[in-house]
Amino acid sequence: MLLEIERLHVSVEGKELIKGVDLKIDYGEIVAVMGHNASGKTTLALTLAGFPQYKVTSGSIKFNGQEITHKTIDERATMGLALAFQSPPSIRGIRLGHVISLAGGVNPWSPKPGDDLDLPQRMLAKVNLDPQSYANRELNVGFSGGERKRSELAQIFAMRPKLMILDEPDSGVDIDSLKIVGNGLREYFRSNRCSMIIITHHRHILQYLEPTRVHVLSGGRVALTGSYGDLMPKIESIGYERLIREAGKIE
Amino acid sequence: MSDNWREKFRMQALQAVTKRATYGNDIDLSDFIYSGNVMPSMDDGTKRRTLEVGVDVSDIKSGTYFQMDHAVILSQLASKIKGLELMPTDVALQRYEWLREYYWKALSVSQDKYTAVAELKQTKGYYIRSAPHEKIDRPVQACLYIGSEGMLQAPHNIIIAEEGSEMNVITGCTVDAKTKKAAHVGVSEFYVKKGATLVFTMIHSWSDEAYVRPRTSVIVEEGGTFISNYVLIKPVKDIQSYPTAYLAGRGATAKFNTIMYASKDSIIDLGNKILCMAEGTTGESVFKVVATGNSKVYNRGQIVGQNRFTKGHLECRGMILCPTASITAIPELIAEHSDTELSHEAAIGKLQEEQLHYLMSRGISPDQAIGILVKGFLDPGLPGLPERLQAEIRGRLSMLDRSGTGSKKEPC
Repeated sequence: MLLEIERLHVSVEGKELIKGVDLKIDYGEIVAVMGHNASGKTTLALTLAGFPQYKVTSGSIKFNGQEITHKTIDERATMGLALAFQSPPSIRGIRLGHVISLAGGVNPWSPKPGDDLDLPQRMLAKVNLDPQSYANRELNVGFSGGERKRSELAQIFAMRPKLMILDEPDSGVDIDSLKIVGNGLREYFRSNRCSMIIITHHRHILQYLEPTRVHVLSGGRVALTGSYGDLMPKIESIGYERLIREAGKIE
Repeated sequence: MSDNWREKFRMQALQAVTKRATYGNDIDLSDFIYSGNVMPSMDDGTKRRTLEVGVDVSDIKSGTYFQMDHAVILSQLASKIKGLELMPTDVALQRYEWLREYYWKALSVSQDKYTAVAELKQTKGYYIRSAPHEKIDRPVQACLYIGSEGMLQAPHNIIIAEEGSEMNVITGCTVDAKTKKAAHVGVSEFYVKKGATLVFTMIHSWSDEAYVRPRTSVIVEEGGTFISNYVLIKPVKDIQSYPTAYLAGRGATAKFNTIMYASKDSIIDLGNKILCMAEGTTGESVFKVVATGNSKVYNRGQIVGQNRFTKGHLECRGMILCPTASITAIPELIAEHSDTELSHEAAIGKLQEEQLHYLMSRGISPDQAIGILVKGFLDPGLPGLPERLQAEIRGRLSMLDRSGTGSKKEPC
């Protein structure tokens, strides 16, 4: 197993937001995490990435066989865990191309012989951002919703991660960007076979990626688990709330 | 030629030798020596040091002035560059009687003890003049270098951008790697004539025991533009400066850009004052400062609107990385006319954790991420700067993350 989450409890500022989550993801597996707003999806993503505000009060997270609960954000990233943010910050004075290089392990200010200097251009081309101009743009400054999501992908593609956590890669993007994001991810998966967790509200992005499983979060717990083909139509026709209620009755 | 005309300045200076400056700590100037005790030379160490402040003495195509302690050891090519004059101020004063009209005109010799000592113990300085309507393509370089331990260097600089001319001057001030204690009291009087443009870039690189008191004033005539770029990255003992721009002619413009990285025990009191005297004049001042260690930074900015259609804007952006450092922003807007528009914005805070975590999530270590954020925050993008100098300043900034300065390694 690439990722094993066991009985995970997470608090932010004393408030428990994840209340006992168990989740396993195999190498090369794609899973979707869905659920209504404030169900704990983003909390789970940021906890896995190691954000210190998200305190693991009990339980464990094993990544590639290693306990990572006490590892820092950058340590987890170098181990192969990459997060594409739902709303990434914009930072003045820092060029997107430089961050893509750094994500790929190249110091753009003092490269070593043999370093891949075209990495930013290649990664930007994968997400249909003009390589020359976007490499020199300040990080996410003045980017549209869709451009931000594509900038996120270009950065995490450069990391060549074992696990991608994509936090709503489809929110706030127009239909053209959705296509680029969807195709970009599918392409990347085909050639790299990395595992993915896709957090989303919609079927559209999942059509490109066909996850093996769908988990529905509610109140900080995994309320439902099922196959994409089985759960997705039900979610779309009756919504999370009723589905969870009805599933409860059956149990 | 007799120096009698200077006698009145000497008398005024003698009256002011104990006069404290308005701002900054009082420095005991008797602790310093006034004549150098090293043989001025241009070895590799000197060249390297000089390059750090943006002056390339091996660039044979630019007008270059190099002064070590009291001795001018390089004042090259000025005669070969059309429309440019470059020589030591004392030589220029001997040569041109008319230049006396520019001597202690923008500044008062009795302003404080530092202007006084600059008159009484004057150690050369540069005179740079662009002839009317000449556009000097390559930046003119000037370096004031202190080589002797305990030396006080007090040059008197005069720059005249004649009517319709354009000039870009880069001044680097530094001390030798072996020199610890030093003082620099540079007097600079600049004159930007009608329709002329002067871009003046100053890069400072001092030692932990250097006391620095530059005194600068510029008079800008009708339609003239003065742009000042100031960069300070290495630690200094104590620096105080408050250059003043007098926008005396209609439509004159002044812009000050200040970039500072304050570290260790540096005491930095830097500001500027812009007087919008004539109709339609505009002034702008932007400070960007990062404070670490035990440094104390004061940013003073003042814009005075004295005539109609005048505009002024002050901006101070500060990032504070250590709890033992401090930044004080003192913006002053003074409206002395009903038809003036003045504004300021100041924001000081810690490094944004959200940005730090974001970079870390790309596998960048916290130390490197802090360095990158600091560098990005200070990134010059200064107007009117040649690419070589932009690159030079960026290079200086990138040393911040390589040397680990600005990272957690630096004691807070």
